[in-house]
Amino acid sequence: MDELIASVVRGLGIGSTYALLGVGFVIIYRATKVINFAQPALMILGGYFTSLFATRAGLPFPVAVVAAMVAVAAIGALCERVALRPMVGEPPFAAAMVTVGVFIVLLIVAFRLIGTQVLTVGDPWGLSRTSVLGVSVAQVDIAKIVISLVAIGVIGVFLARSRLGLAMRATALDQEVALAQGVDVGRIFGLSWAIAGALAALAGMLIGTASGGIEATTALVALKALPVIILGGLDSIKGSVYAGLLIGVAESLTRTYQPEHAPFLGANFDVVVPYVIMMAVLMVRPYGLFGTPEVQRV
Amino acid sequence: MLAVENLEVVYEDVVLVLKGVTLEVPRGEVVALLGANGAGKTTLLRALTGLLGVHRGSITKGSVTLDGAAIDHLDAPHIVAAGIGQVMEGRRIFAEFTVEENLRIGAHTAGRAAVQSGLDRAYMLFPALANRRTQLAGYLSGGEQQMLAIGRALMTEPAYLLLDEPSLGLAPLMVRRIRDLIGEINLQGTSILLVEQNAAMALSVASHGYVLETGKIVMDKPAAVLREDEDIREFYLGLRDEGAASFRAVKHYKRRKRWLS
Ligand SMILES: Nc1ncnc2c1ncn2[C@@H]1O[C@H](COP(=O)(O)OP(=O)(O)OP(=O)(O)O)[C@@H](O)[C@H]1O
Ligand SMILES: [Mg+2]
Repeated sequence: MDELIASVVRGLGIGSTYALLGVGFVIIYRATKVINFAQPALMILGGYFTSLFATRAGLPFPVAVVAAMVAVAAIGALCERVALRPMVGEPPFAAAMVTVGVFIVLLIVAFRLIGTQVLTVGDPWGLSRTSVLGVSVAQVDIAKIVISLVAIGVIGVFLARSRLGLAMRATALDQEVALAQGVDVGRIFGLSWAIAGALAALAGMLIGTASGGIEATTALVALKALPVIILGGLDSIKGSVYAGLLIGVAESLTRTYQPEHAPFLGANFDVVVPYVIMMAVLMVRPYGLFGTPEVQRV
Repeated sequence: MLAVENLEVVYEDVVLVLKGVTLEVPRGEVVALLGANGAGKTTLLRALTGLLGVHRGSITKGSVTLDGAAIDHLDAPHIVAAGIGQVMEGRRIFAEFTVEENLRIGAHTAGRAAVQSGLDRAYMLFPALANRRTQLAGYLSGGEQQMLAIGRALMTEPAYLLLDEPSLGLAPLMVRRIRDLIGEINLQGTSILLVEQNAAMALSVASHGYVLETGKIVMDKPAAVLREDEDIREFYLGLRDEGAASFRAVKHYKRRKRWLS
């Protein structure tokens, strides 16, 4: 039982970082109808900047995290302005290809910055453990869950309540009508990239905590966000959260139990679990768990 | 005064849709713009509100001025901020938003303080909306949706309001109410350009009227004169002195008749 709870908590921890990445995808998709393949690179830069600010510049950890989020938000907005804005009016598929280009450029930058090091982000949790319902779990997993869900909650309230949030939702529904109301749609595109960048930076920090560390190749972890958004539906924030947590837990449970109970599936089977779940769900519900049926796929 | 002079608009760099349109909306007036399907009425409104780009259209000649200042180079948000509101063809409310959210988005360029006064004004003008403010706008009736669209456009307290076929698809009673509302909004100080195919409705509230046909203004007269005009009566009001006997012939004739051919 303890093993099960520990495994679930670990899964929720990693799953909540997938959710953060997924929400970033969804926010950009809703505003621009483009799938942003550059998200993993933004994540890795977030880990890098957190490390830079916290361990090398010696800023207090929370300040370093916020500074990293701001830095990556700015990078995201800049990418949008320079690479994606000229694509407005072009087919979403072409724009998605441009984001692949942005991904490669940013990844090269990240490789230059990080080199072959493994960076620590200077988080305060380390390997310490705490007790939940009498079960010992890693503090960092609790931190991942709480921080991710709070961040996503803040975005949710911003979208639901604020004036800019309303403008973002209006833009997602009908760009021409939003324009006619005086919404600067281009600014909304930039804002959505900035938000996605900030969330990706936060995910990068969380993935780099404790034993993890950040390497240039950690970017590959963010690919798991693809099954998350496809499972959750490209246009649903709630869907991303549930799908992220679900995939995280499934992955963790597989890692815990599969070597013992289903060894014939081979080593590291947990790595493919997200994709297996994605395919299984898509066979039943082609538009994901929470997606709107008519949403177009790229 | 909102003035359009010798305006030419082209879609996709090749389709010439407005061929030198000149039109004026003086302050305080209601001006009607009549025209059959495809005449270019909506295109003219897009040109006035900075929405041509969305449709791959552009102004190739002529000018649009607001109280003497050129606005044809401005984008949509700046035109809204300059004091031109619009109700788009087909209402185009946000069906997934609540009534109140629809109104709030209309106030996007207005100051925070203006939101509350705008809401109060909208609910006063349209009491039907007041007790449905938290309902999804998609569930409103067609007439209520049209009122919501008008209310949304009024949130910025525009000096000029452009309406694209507000009577479209509405029952006669509702058309009359919309007409009365247009008169009331005008009395409250908003100048109006009313695009309509329902000439009877438009000319009953307007002081001046224009007729647009395949991209050209073919008539430009006081509304009272247009109401009595033979061609208008026949073409838009479906009235003809010979009586109903030759109705088929009239229809045929109506379809083929062009003032400029
Ligand atoms: N995006 C576009 N690209 C090319 N041609 C267009 C475009 N939009 C409109 N047109 C053409 O321009 C002409 C005028 O269209 P417009 O919508 O302005 O007419 P309208 O007077 O508003 O008609 P209706 O009464 O049917 O609304 C039509 O022939 C139409 O086919
Ligand atoms: Mg039209």
